[in-house]
Amino acid sequence: MSNAAEGEIVQFDNVGLRYGTDREVLSNVSFTLFPGGFYFLTGASGAGKTSLLKLLYLAQRPSRGAIRMFGSDAITLPRERLPALRRRIGVVFQEFRLVSHLSAFDNVALPLRVAGVAEREITKPVADMLEWVGLADRMHALPAQLSGGEQQRVAIARAVIHRPEMLVADEPTGNVDPDMAVKLLRLFEALNRLGTTVVVATHDVHLLKRVPDSLIMRLDKGRLSDPTGALRYPPRVPRPKGEAL
Amino acid sequence: MASSLPRFVSPGAEAELIPQGRLSGPMPWVIAIMVALTVIAAAAGLAFSNTARNASDALTGGITVQIVNANPAERDRQAQAALRSLRATPGVVEATLVSQAEIDRLIEPWLGAPTGEGAIPVPALIDARLRDPVSGEMLGQLRRTLRDVAPAARVDAQSTWLKPVFSAIGTMRWLSIALVGVLAFALAAAVLLAVRTALGTNRETIEIVHLLGGTDRQIARVFQRAIGFDAAGGGAIGLALGLVVVLLLGKQFGGLGAGLVSSGALGWLDWILLALIPVVGVGLAMFTARQTVIRALKKML
Ligand SMILES: Nc1ncnc2c1ncn2[C@@H]1O[C@H](COP(=O)(O)OP(=O)(O)OP(=O)(O)O)[C@@H](O)[C@H]1O
Ligand SMILES: [Mg+2]
Repeated sequence: MSNAAEGEIVQFDNVGLRYGTDREVLSNVSFTLFPGGFYFLTGASGAGKTSLLKLLYLAQRPSRGAIRMFGSDAITLPRERLPALRRRIGVVFQEFRLVSHLSAFDNVALPLRVAGVAEREITKPVADMLEWVGLADRMHALPAQLSGGEQQRVAIARAVIHRPEMLVADEPTGNVDPDMAVKLLRLFEALNRLGTTVVVATHDVHLLKRVPDSLIMRLDKGRLSDPTGALRYPPRVPRPKGEAL
Repeated sequence: MASSLPRFVSPGAEAELIPQGRLSGPMPWVIAIMVALTVIAAAAGLAFSNTARNASDALTGGITVQIVNANPAERDRQAQAALRSLRATPGVVEATLVSQAEIDRLIEPWLGAPTGEGAIPVPALIDARLRDPVSGEMLGQLRRTLRDVAPAARVDAQSTWLKPVFSAIGTMRWLSIALVGVLAFALAAAVLLAVRTALGTNRETIEIVHLLGGTDRQIARVFQRAIGFDAAGGGAIGLALGLVVVLLLGKQFGGLGAGLVSSGALGWLDWILLALIPVVGVGLAMFTARQTVIRALKKML
């Protein structure tokens, strides 16, 4: 469709998703994300937040509609080109999905190893990142030996370790205390300032107010409302959220 | 910090992605048994091929003339006459009288050492070699020629009395080859099952690595390498076992002292072929693992 708007990182146009033959869990979803934006996705439990994020991190293809990501048509993109796209995205899964037989360190190192980064360039960044999320002393623990909140922080460290262009986080603060939630939010903001586009799904309304520059998408029973109109697709204004880089 | 370094010094430390132990289990032993059986079957096949080739080389142009006469003087006279006549016949490249000592040696195991005069009369033997494989026509012509000079001569092609032996050897050879094929198939099937199981137990890990941008090839490589290690270890053990059995069997057959068996002895090329079996086995196992994983991954987005 339109390739006029320069530099959108994600475009959804009339996207619908149904699992199997059930009703659609997402209907007529259209929006645009711009590089450097900070987006919240809210909605009641079961509204379709995780489903929408799955489309975003390329774990799922929509039943209908068009999706463009990083300038490629994500619908027709051949399977073998998906990994390259996925490596540009960091994901915090709602249920963490840490690899159970790998230590916290090895879990965080995973995206770097998958990307073929040399071992000597892995050790320090991973250790630093774990220290930053307050897990320096739990580095060698297996996920099963960590508390829920600690696992969540490992999941977040793994999502951001390779400085992805887009970070997709599903309820990333669901299991941590308010102080840690704020701290993690600061991490996302810091990444955002460095140019990463951030999408956070949450039902914690207090979180929304913490990031003044953020844009909010609301999902209601699979339909997207966009109170500010900033996410409209096709966009009225090419880049609503200025030259953030 | 050192403990967080990869246990395998390999590019990308992909070996870390799935736990190695889970893949192993009985795999190396299954592979060891397969390789040992394959080595034995292949050695048998090679030995039978060698026997068939050497024996037929030696025998297709060979004829034996027996002079059966109880009177030693007459026997010798006819033998000399037959020898002269054979040497004069076109198409006969070589004709030699088998010496009495040689004959004694040949029959000793059956009839005991000759006891001088009055021993059981033994025919005189002439070993002749034709330029071309023996034909019935040629045999008939030789018989006619010899009838006049040596009436007591009986002419036989060496290959005729070995025909049933040859066909048995041929059957054994094909059997061995078929057995090698069946064993290769069984090995592939065993690997297939092992990899399927491993894919199942590691499904969540695979999915995560997949979503973090891991490619099918990367994930396949992890399994391929794990199976490769198993197969290499199992293959080495299997080769050793197989060779021990082959050497023991060889020794036992060698002890029979029969010419046919020693003509089936393995040459250096044969030993190299046997040593290549585990290498091919490792290759086959890794290829099977790779195909299985890739096919399973194709079903994921
Ligand atoms: N794999 C699936 N198969 C079938 N239905 C599904 C599947 N995943 C989700 N659903 C359904 O889709 C709807 C949206 O689910 P989704 O997980 O996207 O909601 P959510 O907004 O993330 O909820 P929560 O806030 O509780 O995480 C729900 O009705 C759910 O039952
Ligand atoms: Mg959810």
